[in-house]
Order: sequence, then C-alpha cells, then structure tokens
Amino acid sequence: MFKFFSSTSIYSLIHKLINFINSIFFLILIIGLTFALVLSPPDYIQGDSVRIMYVHVPAAWLGLACFAFITFLSIFNFVFKIRNFYFINKSIAPIGLLFTCLAIVTGSLWGQPTWGTWWVWDARLTSMFVLMLFYVFYISAFKLLDKEETIVKVSSTIAIIGSINLPIIKYSVEWWTTLHQPASIKIAGSSSVHPAMLLPLLVMLLVFLLYGALIFLMKYKTEIIRIKKKNIKRI
Amino acid sequence: MLTKKVKNRILFLVSISILSLAAVFFIIKSLNKNILYFSTPTEIKKEEDIVIGRAMRVGGMVKKNSIIINEKNIQFIVTDFKNEILISYSGTVPNLFAEGKGVVAEGKLNDKFFFIADRILAKHDEKYMPPEIKKMLENNVK
Repeated sequence: MFKFFSSTSIYSLIHKLINFINSIFFLILIIGLTFALVLSPPDYIQGDSVRIMYVHVPAAWLGLACFAFITFLSIFNFVFKIRNFYFINKSIAPIGLLFTCLAIVTGSLWGQPTWGTWWVWDARLTSMFVLMLFYVFYISAFKLLDKEETIVKVSSTIAIIGSINLPIIKYSVEWWTTLHQPASIKIAGSSSVHPAMLLPLLVMLLVFLLYGALIFLMKYKTEIIRIKKKNIKRI
Repeated sequence: MLTKKVKNRILFLVSISILSLAAVFFIIKSLNKNILYFSTPTEIKKEEDIVIGRAMRVGGMVKKNSIIINEKNIQFIVTDFKNEILISYSGTVPNLFAEGKGVVAEGKLNDKFFFIADRILAKHDEKYMPPEIKKMLENNVK
C-alpha cells in the first residue's frame, strides 16, 4: 500500500506536475487578480478594503489546512515509520508558515481601516498567533536537531499538541465574544458573502492552492534529490 | 502490521493527545472570562460583583437614532436587543462606526448603565455585499 509513496516512483510524477502547474498558474493568477481587484464590486460599508479579504481568507484557510495535513502525516510517520512523510512534512511546513503570516499581516492591514486598530488580543487573533508559533516550533525542530529519529519524535509531538489549536481557531468566533467577525462561509448552509464577491474569493483560493502546491513540489523535489545523492549537503 | 512497537507508539500518541487536550481544556476553562474580548450589556447587568472604574470592554450594536454629537464628546447607546448601556466618548471614531452596526468600547463603567470610553473599535459583521444590493434590500424593507 505504501509502495506508491516511495520516492523513486514519485519523482517523475513531480516533474510533470511542476510543469503542468507552471503552465496554468499565471493564467489563473491573472484571472483571479482581475476579478479581485477590478471586476468585483466594493463592499457597501468597507468600500475597497474588502479586496484584502481575497488574500486574507484563502491564506488563513491554507495555513490551517497545511497544519492539519502535517499533523495527519506526522501521526502516520510516527506510528508506521513511513520515511517519505518526513520529507513531505519538511517541505510543507514553511508554506504553512508563510500562509499563516500572510493571513496575520493582511488581517492587520484590514483591521486598521475597518476596526480602527492594527491588532487586538481577542480569541481569534491570539489563536492564530499561537498557530504561527507552533509552525515556528515545528520548523525549528527540523533546523535545530540533527538525528532524523529525534526530529520525527519531537516534531510529531509538536504537531499533535498544535493541532488542538485548530478547532479553537475555527470556533473561537462562536465560543467567545471576539472583535473578529464570525465565519461568512460555512461548510453547511448559505454563506453571507454576495456571489459577486464569492467568485473572486474562490478563484484566489485556487491561485493560493496552486502556488502552495508549486512551492511544495519544488521543495519536495530538492529533498528527493538530496536523498539520492547523499553526499551532497546543499543543492 | 500492528506489531508491539507500533502499538506502543499509538499508545504514546493517544496518551499525549489526551493529556494535552485535558490541559488545554482546563487552561481555557480557567481563562474563560479573560478570553471574552468584550461583555454585552446583559452580562454587565447580571454581573453582581462588578467593579466600577475598572478597565473593561463593552460591545454590542449601536442603537438606531441614539448617536448624539456634542462639541466635546459623542454619546450613543449600545444594545444587545435585551439591555442597553449609554456610552460617552471624546475622540475620533473609526470609519465603520455607524448606527445599527457593531461596536466595541474600551473604558470604564461609571455605573451599570453609563460607560466612559477611551477607545472605540468598530466591529464588522460577516456580511459582504455590493452597495447596490444593500440599497435594494433597504427598498424592499420599506
């Protein structure tokens, strides 16, 4: 079952995928940006600062999704010792950190004109900040420790403890009073975002997904080359 | 597939997650009051041992037709549709501060129905729509 995940069979697939994403990425990026910056209407109360949402929301979603994915693979790697998952996690973690930081920075930029403040310590913002810290811990486990076995143990523990934060982030706006507004787009039920704004949001989500996948594949490819030529430390 | 080693690892993970879940649960439970970013007028009314003059935050909706702007300060009523509290503030308000919109005021209680704010933050709701749609909706209501 795990044979598919062996690095040899996956290498040529990665190469094809990178080429494929490269060929469509800029087209979708341009479509997404045109919708987000030009074609979509301004909001009835925020005006044009609503456009920050088209970066903020996908970035936050992907920041959460990356951590959930990392936790999932960490558990599997820790229990069944599937070495390949170690390299996948190592490649995904910086991307998740990037998206989380992006969500925090864009949220801050949005908060200043709408709320009247850059930052408050309400439940949503604080839990998002904690997620960022967990990403930093997670990545530093890879940077600071040298033995792979220790890295797997330490990083999996960090991932599992950090994953408790994920539902807290998601439901922070429902469990407690926060300055951050509740979720506009729900998995079940109707969303409170007008379709003219939902479309650019979804296209931008696709753009971010492709971007994340592209960076991941490139990093992952480097990791695989590193295994194949063990004596090379840097490429 | 489930050798003894694997079972041990699973056991280790399960115990770690249960332990940390319990830890987080108790931390959150003990912090519960502090995690609330603001109190609603109803909560203030119910609260018995409230400290007058302590720094706190009150949040809710700005009541329609309640904003009074004087030379020195601005007064408005914050409501959660059950109870109300009068807020007085001098300074600039955020752009999104408006009647019928959410607001969070930082400051001190003068008494249970009067609050003196040093800072006003606008709270945005989760609705996003173009201006034309908003106008249409308003016309429909009329």
